[in-house]
Amino acid sequence: MKILVSVKRVIDYNVKVRVKADNTAVDLTNVKMSMNPFCEIAVEEAVRLKEKGVASEVVVVSVGSKSCQETLRTALALGADRAIQVETEDGLDSLSVAKLLAKVAKEEAADLVIMGKQAIDSDNNQTGQMVAALLDYPQATFASEVVIENGEAQVTREVDGGLQTLAITLPAVVTTDLRLNEPRFASLPNIMKAKKKPLDVKTPADLGVEVGSNVSLVSVTPPPQRAGGIKVGSVAELVDKLKNEAKVVS
Amino acid sequence: MSVLIIAEHDNKSLKPATLNTVAAASQIDADVHVLVVGFECQTVVEQAAQVAGVNKVLVADNVVYEHQLAENVSKLIVEIAGGYGHILAPATTTGKNTMPRVAALLDVAQLSDVIKVEAPDTFVRPIYAGNAIATVKTTDKVKILTVRATGFDPVAATGGNAEREVLSQVIENKGSRFVKEQLAESDRPELTAASVIVSGGRGMGNGDNFKLLEGVADKLGAAIGASRAAVDAGFVPNDLQVGQTGKTVAPDLYIAVGISGAIQHLAGMKDSKVIVAINKDEEAPIFQVADYGLVADLFDAVPELEKSL
Ligand SMILES: Cc1cc2nc3c(=O)[nH]c(=O)nc-3n(C[C@H](O)[C@H](O)[C@H](O)COP(=O)(O)OP(=O)(O)OC[C@H]3O[C@@H](n4cnc5c(N)ncnc54)[C@H](O)[C@@H]3O)c2cc1C
Ligand SMILES: Nc1ncnc2c1ncn2[C@@H]1O[C@H](COP(=O)(O)O)[C@@H](O)[C@H]1O
Repeated sequence: MKILVSVKRVIDYNVKVRVKADNTAVDLTNVKMSMNPFCEIAVEEAVRLKEKGVASEVVVVSVGSKSCQETLRTALALGADRAIQVETEDGLDSLSVAKLLAKVAKEEAADLVIMGKQAIDSDNNQTGQMVAALLDYPQATFASEVVIENGEAQVTREVDGGLQTLAITLPAVVTTDLRLNEPRFASLPNIMKAKKKPLDVKTPADLGVEVGSNVSLVSVTPPPQRAGGIKVGSVAELVDKLKNEAKVVS
Repeated sequence: MSVLIIAEHDNKSLKPATLNTVAAASQIDADVHVLVVGFECQTVVEQAAQVAGVNKVLVADNVVYEHQLAENVSKLIVEIAGGYGHILAPATTTGKNTMPRVAALLDVAQLSDVIKVEAPDTFVRPIYAGNAIATVKTTDKVKILTVRATGFDPVAATGGNAEREVLSQVIENKGSRFVKEQLAESDRPELTAASVIVSGGRGMGNGDNFKLLEGVADKLGAAIGASRAAVDAGFVPNDLQVGQTGKTVAPDLYIAVGISGAIQHLAGMKDSKVIVAINKDEEAPIFQVADYGLVADLFDAVPELEKSL
């Protein structure tokens, strides 16, 4: 079984972003970038399936400018076998990314596509579902457990009301939630080995996909700031304030 | 052109997030239709037909739609999409699961988690865990949106009298099968609709200690929430997680207990009207967003709070 994992290079989750003064975008100059945390979980899950003997090959793919090769190398160091960069400008819209990823999944004849549920920059939570739709594959989003058996994936999903388990036939798309696994750290020897693993570069034209979007960004502004509050000295003072000042408790 | 909303429901009742979504739709166009897809969901249809501002309720009631799986529900929506300029769903796990498939099948973009309608083609949505607010304009022929409930005050659940239309399409699901679900049972208000929320974090120490919060929640008629750390540690189930990747809430009162205030947590609750933080570390970032901060050991403060309410 072959697994395709998509990984996105995003701002590190520990960094607090700032909006540019001209309100055109967030400021990414000299900001630490990392693999999207949900994609790390996706890579980890695929590598574990390979270690269990369920998968035979793990291919990672990223769509973006040359800098996303760094993210692909990280995925290779974590245990992926081979990488593909689809060379585009950064910040492509989800539907274009999904079309490119769907094409790669088809060319690679991947039995399972594992993706993050959400990229922590755009917070879109949609690319995986779009890939599944374009390929007419079943999907299991927000996965917290994946079991592969008899050509099916049994996936437990984190839904608003609790947990839901679905069985989907392969090929399929799974998107990861936070509790699916705890990703490992890449060891130094594996980082060295990763440098020698194959990394192919393709263009949208190679894949026969036209990219573009009808959505344009009008502005990016900082969120409204909360007015600073106060510290209270005791529970009694807190209750008094809630009753008589904020009037949210009767 | 008319706006179509996909109703959030569990075959028994219409969920409140639908009412916020109707509010968003009404700002786009006056002709609002609601689609109820499910199985034996007549009570939901009755409720949807009474919602203020809804002109028409479409219903697809068939066993193949019982669990509202994305594969066939998205195809059903695409079949009826022709008459609509916008298709909206609440940004719940159901909406997030289905709507991107609809968008991809229609070859258009999806705008996720919309919090404001600027114009019928211009919408506002948070990005980077709410640390930036993007305004986007789309010229797509059909605009697909998921709506963040906290961005819109709900319309009235009653007062309307919509016409009904039955859809006969039966679209089977080949590749996907429902196996089971474990849904949380609770007498408390639903987290995303509660007017008061008491949330606990890693500082609670273990799951048993959440009983302390329940005492306070009982007195306030509150829902219980949690940080990711509390869920990961197994103190409470996943459906309580508030934050960038959990639920977004904006109650009148949010009490954060033993929660440090990581940006990912703040993303889910910083639009609450009044925020209270109880934390023993006076440097905890949660105090920067709290209207009332109490630096104290929660094991002293919470029982005392319960007594004085
Ligand atoms: C991709 C990604 C997505 C994430 N999404 C979310 C999300 O949706 N929601 C979310 O919450 N987090 C999310 N996180 C995790 C987030 O970064 C934090 O790790 C998490 O919010 C911390 O939870 P906490 O505040 O409970 O724990 P901690 O940060 O460990 O804070 C515990 C607090 O309790 C206080 N405390 C301890 N004992 C006591 C006591 N006896 N009395 C009073 N105070 C006490 C401490 O002073 C401390 O401030 C995400 C992280 C990533 C990488
Ligand atoms: N540029 C990209 N390259 C590779 N994968 C991506 C890219 N953008 C999104 N994805 C994948 O889609 C998931 C969900 O992203 P999103 O829908 O943008 O929130 C991510 O976790 C990635 O797995």
